[in-house]
Amino acid sequence: MQWKFPVLVALSILGVGLLLTGLVENRYVYFAAYVILQYVVLATAWNILGGYTGYVNFGTPAFFALGAYTATFLMLAFHAPFLVLLLAGGLVSGLLGLGIGYLTLRLKGVFFSIATLALTVVLQTLIINWEFVGGAKGTSILRPASMLFFSNYVKFLFMVMLCLAVGAVLVAWWLEHSWIGSGLAAIRDNEEAAECMAVPTLRLKILATTISGCLMGLAGAPFPLHITLIEPTSAFNLDYAVNSLAMPMIGGTTTWLGPLVGAVLLGVAQQAATVTISSELNLLIVGVVLVAFIMLAPEGIVGLVRRLVKGERI
Amino acid sequence: MFSMELLLNAITAGMLLGGFYAAVSLGISVTFGLLDVPNIAHPVFIIAGAYAAYAMNTAFALDPILAGLLFTPLFYGLGVVVYRIYYVSFEKKGEQALRGLVFFFGLLFILEVALSLIYGVDYRLVEASYIGNSVSVGIVGISLRLFIPFMVGLLLTLALYLFLAKTFYGKAIQGVSQDSLALRLMGADPIHMKTIAFGLGIATASLAGALLIVIAPVEPAIGREYIGRAFAIAVLGGMGSIGGTLVAALILGVAESLTSTFSGPSWSLAVSFGLLLLALAVRPSGLFGR
Amino acid sequence: MGRKSTHSMRTSTVVGVVIGVLLLAASLTSVAQAASPLRIGFGMALTGGLAANGKAALLAMEIWRDEVNKSGGLLGRPVEFVYYDDQTKPASVPGIYTKLLDVDKVDFIVSGYGTNLIAPVMPIAIERNMVLMGLFGLANNEKYNYPYYFQIGPNGPEPAKEFSRNFFALAAQQTPKLHTVALVGADAEYPHSALTGARENLKQAGFDVVYDRTYPPATVDFTPIVRAIKATNPDIVFVASYPPDSVGMVLAAHEVGLKPKFFGGGMVGLQFATFQTKLGAKLNGLVNYDFWVPEPTLNFPGIEAFLKKYQAQAEKRGVDPLGHYLPPWAYAIMQVLGQAIEGAKSTEQKTVGEYLHAHEFDTIVGKVKFGSNGEWEKPRILLVQYQNIKGNNIAQFVGPGKRIVLLPETWKSGALIYPYAEALK
Repeated sequence: MQWKFPVLVALSILGVGLLLTGLVENRYVYFAAYVILQYVVLATAWNILGGYTGYVNFGTPAFFALGAYTATFLMLAFHAPFLVLLLAGGLVSGLLGLGIGYLTLRLKGVFFSIATLALTVVLQTLIINWEFVGGAKGTSILRPASMLFFSNYVKFLFMVMLCLAVGAVLVAWWLEHSWIGSGLAAIRDNEEAAECMAVPTLRLKILATTISGCLMGLAGAPFPLHITLIEPTSAFNLDYAVNSLAMPMIGGTTTWLGPLVGAVLLGVAQQAATVTISSELNLLIVGVVLVAFIMLAPEGIVGLVRRLVKGERI
Repeated sequence: MFSMELLLNAITAGMLLGGFYAAVSLGISVTFGLLDVPNIAHPVFIIAGAYAAYAMNTAFALDPILAGLLFTPLFYGLGVVVYRIYYVSFEKKGEQALRGLVFFFGLLFILEVALSLIYGVDYRLVEASYIGNSVSVGIVGISLRLFIPFMVGLLLTLALYLFLAKTFYGKAIQGVSQDSLALRLMGADPIHMKTIAFGLGIATASLAGALLIVIAPVEPAIGREYIGRAFAIAVLGGMGSIGGTLVAALILGVAESLTSTFSGPSWSLAVSFGLLLLALAVRPSGLFGR
Repeated sequence: MGRKSTHSMRTSTVVGVVIGVLLLAASLTSVAQAASPLRIGFGMALTGGLAANGKAALLAMEIWRDEVNKSGGLLGRPVEFVYYDDQTKPASVPGIYTKLLDVDKVDFIVSGYGTNLIAPVMPIAIERNMVLMGLFGLANNEKYNYPYYFQIGPNGPEPAKEFSRNFFALAAQQTPKLHTVALVGADAEYPHSALTGARENLKQAGFDVVYDRTYPPATVDFTPIVRAIKATNPDIVFVASYPPDSVGMVLAAHEVGLKPKFFGGGMVGLQFATFQTKLGAKLNGLVNYDFWVPEPTLNFPGIEAFLKKYQAQAEKRGVDPLGHYLPPWAYAIMQVLGQAIEGAKSTEQKTVGEYLHAHEFDTIVGKVKFGSNGEWEKPRILLVQYQNIKGNNIAQFVGPGKRIVLLPETWKSGALIYPYAEALK
């Protein structure tokens, strides 16, 4: 497998990011980029289960918020260092993915989706009743002024999310090209047939759910430091569920490239709309984009481009 | 503190609420349960129904539920249009339900914005003689604000059930979900049936919306709070089973009510969804599903 | 003297006039250049859950801006707003404020509406040493103790307790002595804080708690909750709720027949025109918090004029037609900032910040003086009872007589009707 090329690309992206933090002082760029990169991670993570395997996860907010609240708990209880927060968030959400996968993936697709919906409600109720992390009122997180060699903390958060985004896409790329990916694709196309061919469907589905959950938790762990007041309504926001579903759909669900394209496109559009049009029309634009893209480019932008390229060749 | 009076009242209140929940979920049961169309925008149609009832109530002092009834043909037509678009864009091409989901999410947002542009974001309430009054049957108090929607919900369920079970179109619609090839051989056009069924599903939203605004204040975004409940009830009842939807709605309503009364309202939603998870684990096809 | 001197005199005169005109033109030009706009930036909830109040606040702020510009602007410069919709999403706030500061380069920032929307602005304001005016946030500065944060809501130094302090103080004054309290509220930010404060206040007043529960904001029917409360037979019922649940609780209370001796609390939403008109007489007897009501004791200079201007535009903008709740405060927050900028004769954050601490300001909601943590030095949350409301017309709420101020004493405008059931007759 060609490891070298993707890893080289990844490293150079990280290098450019690092350079950026040294040159650009405009903090708006970092905040906007953080949100877009966060969606790259969430969309890629969702697609591992949704796109590769065909199981629709409505519970992105649950995994995301669990990562955020794990980090919050560790910060409040142990003043844990950042790396611990990050890894713990990923670990706990990964375990949640494992658990929910084990319990529900034996059900048909639609029941798995409803179960993830129910999971979000139950988890949100638990957090609301957990006074230590603030309960319904939430808790404010004091963000240090700077970190490591970055002149302010926001640049550090940006680099963290850039690393996570690059990492997530690499994981998706690797999965897609590995035997796991072939197995998942077989499940997506026809689960019964796959089982007849001795594909370990349950184990693969659980693996996909675990990896997906872990990545979502990693995306959630820095969230309290980004927003400085962590409370249930914003951590469990419906936006995360809709976007992590819509972005891969718009970009294309069969490859690692689709969620990336969708996240960047829709993410940039949303960020731009917030500071330009800035009214009810924001939501209208999201709705229209979703409807238009899904009707005109059902296989996503990647699919559209592929067809155009093939069309030209023929 | 446990008392017979409290228990009976809790169960009654839960059942009344369940009747309302049934009205909300019937549309999903038909469109998603029978037709496999992931109409996640159904709650916003309900909110649109609520605003229609509000508009009639404010302008003509018309009883909101009557207004809801009057608007059902309009909503039926709306449903037909939406299904046509969906069919042409997705089903005809044999696309997975996934893409339909994104389509309906987009529709949800567009309709929500339309409502907030027309009516603003303030909460809306209706006025009716039965809001705020209650009757007593022994130790059980029944608030009319919930009782009347409960009755309407029951009637709606009955009407839909009879339609599906007894009429030609109804049986044909059930046939579509079971075996559309066989249906075609019997001389009925499955697409035509599906269009009728989807239209009916959205038509229920008109009435459900009227019931909603009788019970509680409404603003454009609250549809989102019902997505989870409506789908959960439809799934728990068994996809496409009208009777099952009613039973599931009643169960969920009573569960919420009992938790609220005895252990703590904070947990009522979690208990309902927990029950759902449990039910799915034990009987994945739902209570009355095939 | 001959022709030569006359010639040179004329020349000097001409030169003198020309120089004079040039100097005049130069001074006029520099004044015109100094009249570059003074830009104030903020995010505001124009969509989402808090939009009803956010849009009303924006209207009030724009009324202020137009008035100030008509009388020459601030420091001779026209005031310009740069604002974006925060969609009631805290996650969009950091991006908005960094854009305002780093890209739009505004001169001053004001917060959005509500604790959760103010919180993400704090570290950004602190990092840049910006003065931050806060619009109705609860204890946002508690952990930071930032000297340049100023909150316009009259919560005082102990915000969480203040919402219920007057309520329990008045309840404790009643005879025969009351004993039991039922606490109920929504699982959300403000009710959570209000209930925490309530628990402390009622303990100090010597009451016992017989019911203490919260409900999810998505609760549809409050009948079971109200019944459970009724079963504990409390003397006092304190509710901390948001708009839809406030309505639900009031309706359910009437249907179930909940009639404690003292009923009300910190119910948001009952101050809105929509709910007052629809609930009508069902509100009678409830003892609730408020920030300003059209009672004669609160007729501050300018408030009448402001409300007339606001009410004229409210319907067109689709906001609360009376505008008694948030709009006066949104107007006042700009008054305070404007007076501070004019008084300090500077747009330097530090100078303006120190001026804000050192002075008392005259606003349409009364005199405003900030304490050390940016909250009001002395709280002024009102305890109000709804009385004599008849029918469902909005006109009865425009003027005094329906929302009687009971506490604080300075602003008292009438007597309590006690017990609660009396007011329902």
